[in-house]
Formats: sequence, structure tokens, C-alpha cells
Amino acid sequence: MSRIVRVAAGQGFWGDWLEAPRRQVEGGAIDYLMLDYLAEVTMSILQKQKERDPSMGYARDFLGAMESVLPAVAKRGVRVIANAGGVNPMACAHALQAAASKAGSASSLRIGVVSGDDLLPRLDELLDAGHTLANMETGEALSTVRERVLSANAYIGSKPIVEALERGANVVITGRSTDTALTMAPLRFEFGWSPTDWNRLAAGIIAGHIIECGAQCSGGNCLYDWRNVPDLANVGYPIVEASEDGTFVVTKHPGTGGRISFHTVAEQLLYEMGDPHAYITPDVVADFTTIHLDDLGGNRVRVSGIRGREATDKLKVSIAYRAGFKAVGTLVYAWPEALDKARLADRILRERLGNLRLEFDEVLTEFVGASATHGGLAGEIGDVPEVQLRIGVRGQDRATVERFTRELAPLVLNGPPSVTGFAGGRPKVEDVVAYWPALIDKTVVTTSVEVLTA
Amino acid sequence: MKVRLLDIVHTRSGDKGDTANVGVIALRPEWYSVIERHLTRDRVAEHFADGINGGVDRFELPNLHALNFLLHGALGGGGTVSLKTDAQGKVYSTAMLRLVLDVPDDVARKLALPEFRA
Repeated sequence: MSRIVRVAAGQGFWGDWLEAPRRQVEGGAIDYLMLDYLAEVTMSILQKQKERDPSMGYARDFLGAMESVLPAVAKRGVRVIANAGGVNPMACAHALQAAASKAGSASSLRIGVVSGDDLLPRLDELLDAGHTLANMETGEALSTVRERVLSANAYIGSKPIVEALERGANVVITGRSTDTALTMAPLRFEFGWSPTDWNRLAAGIIAGHIIECGAQCSGGNCLYDWRNVPDLANVGYPIVEASEDGTFVVTKHPGTGGRISFHTVAEQLLYEMGDPHAYITPDVVADFTTIHLDDLGGNRVRVSGIRGREATDKLKVSIAYRAGFKAVGTLVYAWPEALDKARLADRILRERLGNLRLEFDEVLTEFVGASATHGGLAGEIGDVPEVQLRIGVRGQDRATVERFTRELAPLVLNGPPSVTGFAGGRPKVEDVVAYWPALIDKTVVTTSVEVLTA
Repeated sequence: MKVRLLDIVHTRSGDKGDTANVGVIALRPEWYSVIERHLTRDRVAEHFADGINGGVDRFELPNLHALNFLLHGALGGGGTVSLKTDAQGKVYSTAMLRLVLDVPDDVARKLALPEFRA
């Protein structure tokens, strides 16, 4: 059994390199292009867009990515799997159909649309039925923030994606699928892995974890030997070459930049890692302590030995809710004694906020260039050329946060000297959208698949 | 002998809510035994005492010559709530590199660990 299935990562988040999808399909042979667009905060942004316009609510970058890869999908049989659907997968599919029509290739598309992850329309029904959707971290019941909920989506697994592929879809659009399912599903489909073959499913999930952040496993954001990572300007995004037995090689197209080695893959494996013995997904619980990496050289790392066990009977639910307002402003103080000037400015500003009786949930001051990222661990920094004063406030009352934004600029003339860097103007007041992780019984969430043809 | 993590490991960090994770990977496979033995949960909790308001968990991944640390309450509320520059814990990984371990001289010599002189 030597058949290889190649899954290439083309986007690691919404906002990733626009060039990457096209380079993945043009750089060499691949079978699947995997595009991951969704982060925790993304769903609430998309929900707001959908409220303003019912035809929106998906990752619009996806349409541009698809235009750049349509010839490969139409002529070479490359299939695309993307969670670009956000809170409106069907609208995303229709927009793709329209774009493909314009390009004259609509007839080549069979678009599988996965839905059922969106629990917002069912939220009250679920709460009434006794699903408390308690916060996984604090234990609080969702009823405490119910009125402020903006979006609620269950993380769904590989099953509906596999079904879409079985029904002939060559583009699969999902909402809140797990990032890892986007890679595991095509492997499960191609190799016919059983839904209880825990070791192989876990291997597919870990393949997904390695490539879900795009170039972050192929030399991007890699601390190890970072100066010598070659040609990041032309970085190659990662590709998984999978075998039926659950082993796979992580690699990238020949002639591209970046690096794939034991170290780049190991760093990515540890990214956002919790308990490595129990990486819980809707499909399987994967054990990261069983992963064996062989650096084969030539930008190829073989991954084997992976073990998994039965999935739990719950799905994770990602809920976003309104949690007040915030604003962050900055000023830059120059040498000599830049840090002392910035500190004095901070004290003055706080005194003025107090005199105005402005109350916030939090006021945070950072001195960028001195202690913003390492705090006291940075030790003595000496008389540095400049320090950026960065001060942020968060509170429940918009007007109070707004008033704060008027207090920064005056410091330029009525505070400590040698201050600059305020050209950006007054800080902007932003909505704070907080994240509420919860669990729900798997049996409550029903996914469905539709396959659209021109 | 004093050994600084910067000289013997590489790291990557990320977030889950208000928790930062820091993965610590030995630069050489044989150096894993040093971090496994000396980079304890308590040592890391002490290092980050001023920056976090929750506990620390430690997990071992000998297969990757690595440890994974969870730093709870490290991100000022996390995600979009946090006012911090590093709201997603992206560079907690580098703060870990400042940690200095005390390693017995004979072990350090045998493993050719680089000595740290402040």
C-alpha cells in the first residue's frame, strides 16, 4: 500500500498571505488544498456582518483565494476544504458560484456546504431544555450573559466533510469545523478509515495540527536558528503526504523558501498545546506524547507512532458575547531618561482620570521598549533611546472610555518633555467581545450537508 | 553551574483563553534530561510569579525532548478582553528563555552545557 494523499495548507488564519493558495496549487502536485480561516473572535465579527446584511457572514478572502485556484480545481482535480463559511456557509457557497460563473468555470464546481454548527438560533431552546452551557473555565451558567450573546457555534468534526466528499463535492465549505478536521477528513475519506480507528484518526488530527497555522511549521515564526531560515520571502507553505497506515511526511514544494525540520515541526506541535496526553477533538482524543518525528533531511519530516483513543460524548461550543468597551493609546518619549518621562506621564494621566471620577474595570500601563513583554524579568534596561507609553482602559460605559481617549493628547503640551509619536490621533473606542467556552452533548448537534451544482 | 535556558532550549508559546502555554524544546536530545530534572513546575511558577495570577501546570513530552507549561491567568483576561500588547501570549516563550538553572557541575560538564555568566 504505497498510495500517497497530499493535503496542502493554503491559509492559517483570516488575513494570512493572499499568495499562498495559488502557490500551493501551482508549485507541484497536490490532492487537497486546506484553508483555515476561523479564530475564536472571527465568528462574532462575521455574525455582526450577517446582522447588517443577511448575505454576508463568511470569510470574504476565500473568494479571492478560490479565483486564484479555480483552474487547478477545474482541470487538475484539486479539491478544496475550507471553514470559510463562518456563520453563513450557504451564502459563501452562493458567492463562490457567482464568482465561478464570471470566470466561466461554474460547471466544474460541486460545492459541499456543511451546516448545523450554528447554535445561536437554537440558544433559548437549548437553555430551556436544561443545557446550561456553563463556562468551562469559571463554571458560571450562560444565563448570566445570555442577553449579550453575539454568536454560538459548536466545533464540529470530520463526519460531514467526509459525507460531502463522498457525494462528489470538490469544494467543501464549512462553518465552525475544527481546524484539524479540515485535514483529517480528506484522509479519512481517501483511505476509508473507520470512524473508530482511533490511531489513524489521531494521526490525521495531528497532521492537521501541524499544518493548520500555515507557514508556522515551515520556518515562519520559528525561533530555532531563525537567522538562517532560508528565503522567507518565498516561504513554502506545508504539505502533508499521508499514507493509509496513518504515517505521513510533512514537506513543502521544491524551490520554495523556509524550512521543514525536526525543530520547525516540534515548535508547531507545541503551539497552543494543553495537556499533550489528551488533545480532545470531536472525532478522537489524540496523544501528542506518542508522536515520533524522523528528520529525513531535504525539508522532509516523517511522522509516525501516533496513538489516539475514543472521543468524548461532548462538543466544545464557542460563544461570543458583548463585554463592554476598550481603548488603547500610545505616546513615545525620547532619550535622555525616556522611561522616567513615560512613567511620569502615566502618573499624571492616572491622576487626571481620578480627578474626573472616571471608573474603569481595568487600566493597564505598559512601557514598550522597557517591560511590555517581559515585565520585571527584563531587569535593568539602562538609558534607552526611546520608550513607548502604552495605556489602555476597559469598562462597561462607552462615554467613560471615550472620555479617556481625550486625555492622552493634552500630555504632549502639558506633560513631561521629549514626547512624539501621536500622529495617529485619538485612540479609537472598540467593542470588547468576550469568549465563553462551553460543552454540549454531541447528540444535540445535528450537522447537514448540501451539494450545490451549477 | 549556572545554565540559562536561552542557551539550551528553543520555545514557542500560544494561548487558550486566559492561559498561555510555553513549549520548551531541548536544543540537543541529550539536554532533555536537564530540563526534565531541573525545570520544575515550581521553578517556572517562581520565574513568572509577577506576571501571572493563576497556577502553573507542567507536562512532559520526552518524544519531542520537550516540556509544555501552562501559565494560568497570564494574559490579562485573554483574547479580545486583554489590554496587553501580548494578549495572545505569543512571546511568553521568550520570557522563559531568561530563566537560569543550577545544574550540578559534573552533569553540566558531561553534557557540555554552556555556562551562563551574568
